[in-house]
Amino acid sequence: MTDSRSPDLECLSLTKRFGAFTAVDDVSFEIPSGSFFSILGPSGCGKTTLMRMIAGFEEPASGDIRIKGKSVIGTPPNRRNVKMVFQHLALFPMMNVAENIAYGLRCRGADKAEITRRVGDVLERIGLPGVETKQIHQLSGGQKQRIAIARCMVLEPDVLLLDEPLGALDLKLRERMKIELKLLQHQFDTTFVYITHDQSEALVMSDRVAVMNAGRFEQIGTPQELYHAPATAFVAGFVGDSSRFSGRVEAGGTILLETGERITAAPRTGTVLPAGTTVDVFVRPDAVAARRPAELSGDAFNRIDGVLDSHLFNGAQSRALVRTGDGRMIEVGYPRPGSSENLAPGEAVALTFTPADTLCFAKKA
Amino acid sequence: MTTVRTTLIATTALGLVLSGGFTAAQAETLRLLTWGGYAPDKVIELFEQKYPDIDVEVTLSNNEEMISKLRATGGAGYDLAQPSHDRIFAVQKEYGIYKPLDLSKIDTAVMSEKLLDGVKANTTIDGAVYAVPHQWGTSGLMADKSKAPDIKSWADLCDPKYKGKTSMRLRRTILLGTAFAMGENPFEAYSDLAKYQALLDKVADKLIACKDNIKVYWQGGDDLANLMLSGEIVASETWDSTAFKLYNQNNNIVFVPPETGALAWIDTFAIPSGGEADDAAYKWINFVLQPEIVTMMSASTGAIAAVKNGGDLLPEEAKAAVAAAFTPADIDNLKFFANIPPGVEDMEGKTLEKIKAATGG
Amino acid sequence: MVQKDAQRLALFLLLMPFALWILLLIVLPHLGIGYLSIREKIGPRQYEFGPGNYIDFISEPIYWNTLLRTATMSVLVTVLTLFIGFPVAYYIAKVAGRRSRAGLFLLCLIPLWVSDLVRAFGWIVLLRETGVVSGFLQWTGLVSGPVEFLYNDAAVVIGLIYTVVLFMIVPIVSTLDGMDDALIEAGYNLGGSRWTVLRRIVIPYAMPGIVAGCIVVFMLTAGSYLTPILLGGKNSMWFTEQIYDQFITRYNWESGATFGVVLLAFTSFVVWLGLKLTGQNLANTVAKG
Repeated sequence: MTDSRSPDLECLSLTKRFGAFTAVDDVSFEIPSGSFFSILGPSGCGKTTLMRMIAGFEEPASGDIRIKGKSVIGTPPNRRNVKMVFQHLALFPMMNVAENIAYGLRCRGADKAEITRRVGDVLERIGLPGVETKQIHQLSGGQKQRIAIARCMVLEPDVLLLDEPLGALDLKLRERMKIELKLLQHQFDTTFVYITHDQSEALVMSDRVAVMNAGRFEQIGTPQELYHAPATAFVAGFVGDSSRFSGRVEAGGTILLETGERITAAPRTGTVLPAGTTVDVFVRPDAVAARRPAELSGDAFNRIDGVLDSHLFNGAQSRALVRTGDGRMIEVGYPRPGSSENLAPGEAVALTFTPADTLCFAKKA
Repeated sequence: MTTVRTTLIATTALGLVLSGGFTAAQAETLRLLTWGGYAPDKVIELFEQKYPDIDVEVTLSNNEEMISKLRATGGAGYDLAQPSHDRIFAVQKEYGIYKPLDLSKIDTAVMSEKLLDGVKANTTIDGAVYAVPHQWGTSGLMADKSKAPDIKSWADLCDPKYKGKTSMRLRRTILLGTAFAMGENPFEAYSDLAKYQALLDKVADKLIACKDNIKVYWQGGDDLANLMLSGEIVASETWDSTAFKLYNQNNNIVFVPPETGALAWIDTFAIPSGGEADDAAYKWINFVLQPEIVTMMSASTGAIAAVKNGGDLLPEEAKAAVAAAFTPADIDNLKFFANIPPGVEDMEGKTLEKIKAATGG
Repeated sequence: MVQKDAQRLALFLLLMPFALWILLLIVLPHLGIGYLSIREKIGPRQYEFGPGNYIDFISEPIYWNTLLRTATMSVLVTVLTLFIGFPVAYYIAKVAGRRSRAGLFLLCLIPLWVSDLVRAFGWIVLLRETGVVSGFLQWTGLVSGPVEFLYNDAAVVIGLIYTVVLFMIVPIVSTLDGMDDALIEAGYNLGGSRWTVLRRIVIPYAMPGIVAGCIVVFMLTAGSYLTPILLGGKNSMWFTEQIYDQFITRYNWESGATFGVVLLAFTSFVVWLGLKLTGQNLANTVAKG
């Protein structure tokens, strides 16, 4: 595992305030060398400020940033070996491709022959050999993306920061670039720190993801951990789709939902919710099965009754929409073996899911 | 076909609108082309009271620009101009921008005979008279008596005693004045342009040598007044009217007629060849020669009207300034600017350029 | 068909004022000047065609010295204006907040609210021997006697810069305005120093504005009249003054027209030379900006 290597980037109790507003609040994390790390959060959560502090464009109010073990507080942006791919890429329009890539090398004082060689090398590695003399406006969106990465990678940075670079691309290209970015990261074997508000980008590409909300990190973990074992209600709600219920813990550990059903949730390590706690319950659509009540066998599952409202066909992501007793709509993964396929809208259905798939969090006061 | 016709109609309509705008001339407007101060608001008001159907429009200018403007339009655009007496003959011969005056319509009886005859002599071409006098004044020297008591001659501006403390206007007046100070008579040299050129060369040498002594060449009356009042200069070549005005603010500043004689000019009335309101123009001429208007006018211009006893009609404060400046001997010694023959302006212009371009101090 | 005709007519009418303006106020006067300049005066009301006026111009050192002097001073003013105007423009476009920007723009406009003449007199009041600056220096004891700042080339340069600096600032602000701040940050991020970022990113990006500003400033300066005359000293010659003298004082329209043509040709040549030397061309700078 990569854990044996020393961390490329460490942040310790990093805090940044703008006036009375705390944009980044006591954030600590470390990123092992050579991994793909994403910071995922809604807009305004402070992730861009965090990245700008790492790049050196903002000074933290307190805390420390260490790159390869050395503090970079007070080091100007141009002296940090942290390169950044900007949201709109910021390729220099008055230079051609080769000049864009050579810019950083020239700033370092590399000689002409070396520059030419390394520019050629890096273009080769990103799969765009021979585009040196093209102007920026002649490139396609995906090509620009790769040139922006090459412009940073040619400088062999300790850490590459990417600020939602896929945001401006159309859906198809974005899907392709996700995979391409992941491959590029493997190829360069450099630590990538990727900022996004798109959970699917974060889940697909990252080794580890930090979920950020209101200036704080809610959870850091692998995509699987975030999806299957979210640490907070925010993570459960923000990462992946889920249906959400409100309820209250009863004596004996069962949960009484506002809709009247009684369910159980598998206890999570380290958390015991005392009786009387009001809770939020999340269930992933793909953990829910919809069956005809008659077809149910045993009662090992949590169960909510409802009426099938409609099918939402979308290939692999198809869903069924079920209306519960109190009139709420719940999405159910579809199709599931031996389940809703042949159900018709209007039929009564029982929704079942295991306690292990039932995510339960104390409601914030 | 439709296109062509629509276009034609549209263009014609547009043309009509445009030309209509241009030809709608106002019949009863008197367009004056004159010097600053020569058409005071009060006088215009009184004139318009007396002749309610005449509107007076004033354009302020100077000799050179007056001629250029009229030359550009072939004498059109103005109904009455006021060039100096020496600037009419050659200009009229060359460009034909004025029309002969009908002296019977002008109240010549009130004019000073000497000045009227002088102007007539200067501006008669083929028996037709092109100008009558309005006001006269002189160019000479101005000095602050407390700081420069011994300024007497044009050449004294170049006295090293006053280095960096004198000024002049780089125009033809100083060329002529310097020539007189050198003991020459430039007006007599007009008849032989080669001789005049030689004289100009000598004058240029003198003035280039003098450049070191000069603080700056003044550009206009306000400019000169500021320099003199602030004490930055103590003596200068000047128009007498500017000096008279300053005398009222500082009694040490007086007009000094140079010992070779102050150079006298007469501003005249002349009717441009394209003038469209001759009657109104004659009315204006006669109107401003009335004694009470003359006093108002002189108060505004600082110059003396070319009427009989023009000096007596000056406002009181101006009379004092004139008295401080001129003795009767000085008046006798006046040198009236002689008619400028064709070509002389070009020669003088070139000489002035040479002086300006020379690197003095 | 009818619709197409109507469109064509509409276009024609729309372009008409512009076409008339160009024709009546730009083309015809220039043709007139050009025609006058090749007319030689051989006597009163007698003319013939020939290059005599141009030969006169070339054979009189005073004239072309003045032209060279005017051009040199104008280039100097342009360069200084660029040095003064660029930081101001950069501040307005990239540093100042949205709200203070309008105020700063207005401040730059103030010199244009008064006429040339008033502006020049303002400088005279400040710079003259008995003026404000001299008085202040004496009051502070820095100098013992009055000092004359007026009537020299420095005063002319200062007065001209003051008059034209806005024409440098506006085009640069508008090009820099369109520049994504991320380009500057990327410049630093990739290892550039302040100087490198300025030289390799900001200035190239602002080049269309800089070129436009320089051309306008140079043309305005070379063609200015009042400021050099009023602030300049007894030796200060400006080419426009020569033209004025030819037309007005000497009644020599033929020669004045020749000077006008020479000034136009020469300033155009200087602009062309400037573009060549800096490797720019109008199509991808001014036209683009």
